[in-house]
Amino acid sequence: MEVYLDNSATTKLDNSVLLKMINFFESDYGNASSIHFKGEASYNAQEKARKEISEILNCEPKNIVFTSSATEANNMIIKGVARANKTKGNHILISSIEHPCVLNSAEQLKKDGFEVEHIPVGADGIIDLEILEKMIRSDTVLVSVMAVNNEIGVIQDVKSIAKIVHDKGSFYHVDAVQSIPYLDIDIKDWNVDFLSLSAHKFYGPKGVGLAYINKNIKIEPLIVGGGQEFGFRSSTYNTPGIVGMAEAMKIAYGLEREDNLKRIKEMRDHLLYRIQNEIPEIFINGSLSRRTPNNLNVGFKGVEGEAILMDLSSKGICVSTGSACGSANLKASHVLSGIGVSGYFIHSNIRFSFGKYNTMKEVDYVADCLKDTIERLRKFSSVKSV
Amino acid sequence: MALNYTKEVMDHFLNPRNIGTIENPDAYTEVGNPTCGDMLSMYLKVKEIDNKKIIEDLKFLSFGCASNISTASMLTTQVIGKTLEEAKAFSFKEVMDELGGLPSQKIHCSVLAVEALQDVIKKYEESNK
Ligand SMILES: Cc1ncc(COP(=O)(O)O)c(C=O)c1O
Repeated sequence: MEVYLDNSATTKLDNSVLLKMINFFESDYGNASSIHFKGEASYNAQEKARKEISEILNCEPKNIVFTSSATEANNMIIKGVARANKTKGNHILISSIEHPCVLNSAEQLKKDGFEVEHIPVGADGIIDLEILEKMIRSDTVLVSVMAVNNEIGVIQDVKSIAKIVHDKGSFYHVDAVQSIPYLDIDIKDWNVDFLSLSAHKFYGPKGVGLAYINKNIKIEPLIVGGGQEFGFRSSTYNTPGIVGMAEAMKIAYGLEREDNLKRIKEMRDHLLYRIQNEIPEIFINGSLSRRTPNNLNVGFKGVEGEAILMDLSSKGICVSTGSACGSANLKASHVLSGIGVSGYFIHSNIRFSFGKYNTMKEVDYVADCLKDTIERLRKFSSVKSV
Repeated sequence: MALNYTKEVMDHFLNPRNIGTIENPDAYTEVGNPTCGDMLSMYLKVKEIDNKKIIEDLKFLSFGCASNISTASMLTTQVIGKTLEEAKAFSFKEVMDELGGLPSQKIHCSVLAVEALQDVIKKYEESNK
């Protein structure tokens, strides 16, 4: 049996998205900047996609800038806003559990003389709004706090954060990559200045993302060239990707949404129930109640995460870990250390992320395998916490 | 970051040899890698034949990744039966070759097995001077 429980890493492309995209490879392959009929066909399709997305997100179509990824959108927003608003100040605030593309964009700004501070989170993974308020200074240019964390799935109070940031006279960026379809993204209601998304996290294609930008705020483009995307992001339009992203978003918030959310939550809760009842010495990372229904992040005391992952992988199961050995840079998860996990415990976690293509049968298979895996590895563990 | 573990690595990870503890070992050690958090304990039993000290048994426990477990497992199969002098000259390359290679980022988790071997022999020699 093959079970994919790594849907926060990426998702399988929805077949109806693929069908929508194929036309823009096979027939309407014109460059959307060209003024002949083939260019026109691409342009019109992609502007229709932009409009559809803007309606779902509740923002102006002209404020959506398509990019190659959320990584690019985040780089553009963090660096572009900071660099264009130096007169306002040189202080940047980001949460300590941001995605590496936000953390490292801010890190790069230090070389330009910016001061970067990390907003701490509690053991539940949630920002303390009073601490946030105290940390914002008169020279704080930008505050970046993600909506949903990719490792532990915890949900921040985006609306309240936006209010605090604005009351203090600063700008607010939210990385909303892990929010679809779990949160009702409403840019006007949330009142955020910048927001980023990535299509491959919601059954859309890889290689396309977007930045929502409040165009009343100055922002320096990251990629310059032919002036596409209103001059905010040059490079030939990725029409198939943009059309695919819109289709994926429409499906995510369409008729199937309610049922998907319900099933995903049932499957997540079932795995949690079985783990809690059948495997001793475990711990849950981050708040369980303020979390999207697709995420479960569990620590298994006395066993190393990469070993669990590889053992499960040999049984056809895909999951991920924040352990140092499971990462390319050999660093343990900054998210887990951010919520205060330490010692061996930081190397002992597995993230299970569910998606709409999973089934309850798969979940039971995973629970059965997991029990064996943990038992096997614990038998010869050199760490005596069990 | 594909690891592309070899068949040998996966075999020793899924079916580790000489795993467990030795009761009343002649020497025991625990080595850890602070970077990745891996930890290995090793138990040694020595016998003397014709005035030569030979590794009679070697066992290990691990809190580590697949590569760490697999390297320690393979190493035990390679050095059991060797003299202490031979085992002291045992190099990481010998395990690595036998495993068909390891991913470069996994080297530091895996040299731990050789460190444990050298350390457990050292502890044995210190207590049997
Ligand atoms: C929270 C978050 N932000 C940003 C990204 C980066 O997205 P992309 O893969 O489109 O670069 C990811 C995905 O890994 C993510 O989970």
